[in-house]
Amino acid sequence: MKFQLKHLVPLSIFLVLLGFLMVGLKLDPHEVPSPLINKPAPLFEQKLMTDANQTFSVGKMRGQVWLLNVWASWCTACRQEHPLLMKMSQELGIPLVGLDYKDTDTEGLAVLNQFGNPYSTLVADVEGRVGIDYGVYGVPETYLIDKAGIIRYKQIGPITEEVLYSTLIPLIKGLQ
Amino acid sequence: MIPELGHFSLILALALAVMQSGFSFKGASANQPVLMSIGISAARGQFIFSGLAFLSLAYAFYTSDFSVLYVASNSNVALPLQYKLAAIWGGHEGSMLLWAMTLSLWTMAVTLFSRHLPEQFRARLIGTMGLISVGFLVFILFSSNPFDRLIPAAMDGRSLNPLLQDPGMVFHPPVLYMGYVGFSVAFAFAIAALLGGELNPEWARWTRTWTTVAWIFLTVGIAFGSRWAYYELGWGGWWFWDAVENASFMPWLVGTALIHSLAVTEKRDAFKMWTVLLAIFAFSLSLLGTFLVRSGVLTSVHAFASDPTRGLFILIFLGLVIGGALTLFAIRAPSVGLGGKFGVVSRESFLLSNNVVMVVAAGVVMLGTLYPLFLDALGMGKISVGPPYFNLVFVPVMTPAIFMMGLAIFARWKNAELPALMVRLKWAFLVSVVSALIVPSVMGEWKPMVSFGLLMAFWVIASACVSLLDRFKTNSTSLLNTIIDLPKAYLGMIVAHMGVAVFIIGVTLVNGYGKEQDLRMTPGQSVKVDSFTFEFQGISQDTGPNYMTTKGHFIVTHGNGTPFTLEPEKRSYDQDSMPMTEAAINPGLIRDLYVSLGEPLDQGAWAVRIYIKPFVQWIWAGCLMMAAGGILALLDPRYRRRNKDKQGASL
Amino acid sequence: MMKKMFSIIALAFFLDFNGVGVNAQTIGNDPAIESRLKALSQELRCLVCQNQTLADSTAPLAEDLRREIRELIAKGMTDEEITAYLVARYGDFVRYRPPLKSQTAILWAGPMILLFAGFGMLLITLRRRNALIANDKDAEE
Repeated sequence: MKFQLKHLVPLSIFLVLLGFLMVGLKLDPHEVPSPLINKPAPLFEQKLMTDANQTFSVGKMRGQVWLLNVWASWCTACRQEHPLLMKMSQELGIPLVGLDYKDTDTEGLAVLNQFGNPYSTLVADVEGRVGIDYGVYGVPETYLIDKAGIIRYKQIGPITEEVLYSTLIPLIKGLQ
Repeated sequence: MIPELGHFSLILALALAVMQSGFSFKGASANQPVLMSIGISAARGQFIFSGLAFLSLAYAFYTSDFSVLYVASNSNVALPLQYKLAAIWGGHEGSMLLWAMTLSLWTMAVTLFSRHLPEQFRARLIGTMGLISVGFLVFILFSSNPFDRLIPAAMDGRSLNPLLQDPGMVFHPPVLYMGYVGFSVAFAFAIAALLGGELNPEWARWTRTWTTVAWIFLTVGIAFGSRWAYYELGWGGWWFWDAVENASFMPWLVGTALIHSLAVTEKRDAFKMWTVLLAIFAFSLSLLGTFLVRSGVLTSVHAFASDPTRGLFILIFLGLVIGGALTLFAIRAPSVGLGGKFGVVSRESFLLSNNVVMVVAAGVVMLGTLYPLFLDALGMGKISVGPPYFNLVFVPVMTPAIFMMGLAIFARWKNAELPALMVRLKWAFLVSVVSALIVPSVMGEWKPMVSFGLLMAFWVIASACVSLLDRFKTNSTSLLNTIIDLPKAYLGMIVAHMGVAVFIIGVTLVNGYGKEQDLRMTPGQSVKVDSFTFEFQGISQDTGPNYMTTKGHFIVTHGNGTPFTLEPEKRSYDQDSMPMTEAAINPGLIRDLYVSLGEPLDQGAWAVRIYIKPFVQWIWAGCLMMAAGGILALLDPRYRRRNKDKQGASL
Repeated sequence: MMKKMFSIIALAFFLDFNGVGVNAQTIGNDPAIESRLKALSQELRCLVCQNQTLADSTAPLAEDLRREIRELIAKGMTDEEITAYLVARYGDFVRYRPPLKSQTAILWAGPMILLFAGFGMLLITLRRRNALIANDKDAEE
C-alpha cells in the first residue's frame, strides 16, 4: 500500500480549522471593539445635570487623565459596577465624568441620591447622540482618556475588580 | 419517577452503545460471527433505550413536570399541547437527546436493512455508528442531562420562546435532524470500507440509497425552516445566511455532491476514494454545525445558550471523529485501483464537475461563516460577513453547475462530444434566451439580473424537456405509458433538476419584483400597491390560549375579484417580553400578499408594512420537487433487483 | 371649485401611482430619504440585536442610528460617507458587506480562486488518470 502525501491534505486542513475553533472558544463574538482607541475623544459640551449654569466640555479636560462612564438609571448592570465606581472616585484621584445615557434627569438623579454619586461631573445624553459619536452600543461602558484628549482604553460592560487592578490602574499610572 | 427512568435508560443506552462498537469491531477483526451478532443486538437494544429516554422526556413535558429543570425552562402550563411536545427540542439538552435518539433510529434501520451486506463490513458499519452514539450519549450524560431535577419544583415553567410556538417548530427540527444525522450512515459506510481495506464494487450502490434518504430529509427540513422564517419573522425574508442556516446548508451541498459522485463510482467503479472522502465530509459538516450552534463561537439567532465548556467537549469529540476518519483515509486511501476509463468530456466528468461546484460552494459558505472568527483569532479585528457578501459570491459559483445541468442529461457515459451536445441543445438554448429576455418585461421592468436568473432556470427546463421529448419519440406507445415506463431514476433526476429551476425562478422573481411599502395608516385609510387595494379597517383585541393579541383588519380588493381579509397581529405572550408580530399572508401561485403590523403611532395611526412577493412559494415548491425527485430515484427497482440477484449469488 | 380640482389633479400627478393612494402616507416625511435609508440600513448590522439588519431591528439604538442616518442623508452625505461615518464609530463590525481590505482579500478572492482551482484539478486529474489507465492497458498486453 503506497502512502501518498496528498491524502494528508484533508486532515491537515481540518487540523488548522480545529485550531481556529479552539481559539474561538475563548473569544466573544458579540463584543464590538472600539475603533476609537488611540484616536481623539469626540468633543462635546453639555450643561451639568447638577447645575444648569455650568457646562462641561471635553476640550477643557486637556492636561488631565480622566474617565468617562456611560450609565443609565434603567441599566441593571450599572448597579453592579456602582460600588466599584464609588471606590474609584475616592481612591483614584482622577475625574470621573458620568454620562447619563438616554435617561431623564429626574430618574438619573434619583438613582444617584439612593446609591451615592461617584461622579465628579454629571452630564446627560438624553437622545444618545454623544453615545453614537463615542460608539456606545450598550451600558455601562467606560472610556479612559489621556492628557492629550486621546482615548486609550474602552471597557465594555461593568468594570470589575480584575479589570480595575490589572488594566485600568496601571494604564492610568502610565499616562500620568 | 419517569425522569429517573429516562436517565437510567440513557445510561443503559450508553452501555449498549459501548457494547455495540466493542463487539462489532472485535468480531469484525477476528471474524467471529457470534461477536458480530452480539454487536447487532446491542445496537437494537441501544435504540430501545434511547427511545425510552426520549419518551420519558416527552412524558415529562406532557405532564408538565416542573421538577425537571429542562421542562421548567422550556415549557409552562398554558402552552398548547403540541408546543409542549415540540419544546422537547426547544433547548440544548433536549435537542441533543433528539440527536442521539435519531442516531439510534438510523442505527436500528441499518441493522434491519443491511442483512445482504458482507458480515464483517456490516459489523464495522454498526460499530462506527456505535462510536458516534457513545460520544453523544457521554456528552449528554456528563454535561447536558435533560433529566436534571429542579428542587423545589417550580409552580409554573418559563415558557417556550414565542417565536417557536408555531407548527414550524413541530416539524422543522425533527425532519432536519433526520437529514443531518442520516449522513452518519454514509459516513459509517465510508469508514467501514476504509477499515476493511478494500472497496467492494457494490459499495456505491449500498451507500447510495441511505445517502439519498438522508438527503431528502435534509432538503425538506431546510425548506421547512426557510418557509417558517418567512411567515414568522414578519419581514418576508426566507434566508439570512445566518451561521446556523449555513451550518445546515453546507452538509446539504456536500450531500448533493455525494449523490452525484456515487453515481460515477457505481457506474465506472471510479473515483472511489473521492466518494469516500465526500461521505466523510458530509457528516463532518453535520457535526461541525452541531458544534457551531452550541459553543458560542458564532452569533446566531438560532444559537442555544452558549457554554464554552460544552463547546470544548463537542470540539474534542469533533476532533476525534473527523480527525480519526481523515487519518484513516490518509493511511488507507491509496490502496484502491483506478477503475474504468472515461473521457474528459463525458457524463462522468459532468457529474464530477457538479462535485467541484458543490464542494467549492460549501467551501465558500464556510469561508464566509468562519471568516470573522479567523480574523478575530488572529487579532486582525472584527468584521461581519452577511447577506450582501453571500448573495454576491454565491451566484457566480453556482452558475457553472446550472449550465452543466442542461448539458449533462445528454452527455453519454464514457465519452461525449462537446460539439454534438451543443448542436442537440441549440434550440433549447435559443428558447431559454428568448424567454429570459421577454419575461422580465412582462413582469414589469427589464432587469439584467432577473434575465440572467431566468435564463439559467429556463435552460434547465428546456433541456429537460428536450430529453423527455426524445424519449417519447423513440417510444411507440401513448404518452401516459411512456411516462410510466420511464426509469424512475431518470424521472427522479428530471424532477429534481426541474425543482432546481423552479427554485431559481422563485428566488429571481421575488428578488427582482418584490414590492414593499412602509406606511402610516389610520382606520379608514387605504393604499394601492400594484393592482391590490388594502383598506385598513381598524384594530381589535383578542386572546389566545396563552397570549393577548392586537389584530389589525385589512380588506384587500383586486380588480373584480372577491375581496378578502388579512388580519396581522401583535401578540404578547407575557408581560415582560416584547410583542411578537404575526404577519398575515395571502399565499398564491404567482404572488403572496404579506401584511405586517408595526408599532402604534400617534393619533390612532399604526405603522403597517405591506409586501407583494411574486412567485415566492416557488422557492419551497422547488425544494419539494427536489425531494420528490429523490424519492422517485429511490423507487427505481433496478436497485432492488440487483440486490436480490446478489443475495441469490452468495447463497 | 376649479382651483380645488386643479390642485387635486396636480397632487395626484406628483404622487407615485404604483404606491401611495391619496389617503395613507409612507412613514417618514420624504420617500426619497426613506428609500436610501432602507437601502443603507439593510447592509448594516444592528449592534444590539446582532442578528438583524439595522433596517429590521426594533432596538432603541437601531432607531437612534436610523434617525442619525436620515439626518446625514438630509445633510447631503453620500452612501459611502455615511457608511464611513458609522464605521469610524463602531468599526467594520457594523457592515454586513465586508470592506475590501488586505485582511479581507482572501474572503473576496477566495470563491473564484477555489472555483478555478477546483476545475483545474479535475481537468488535470482526468487527463492524468486516462494516461495511467492507457499505460496499464499497454502493460497488460
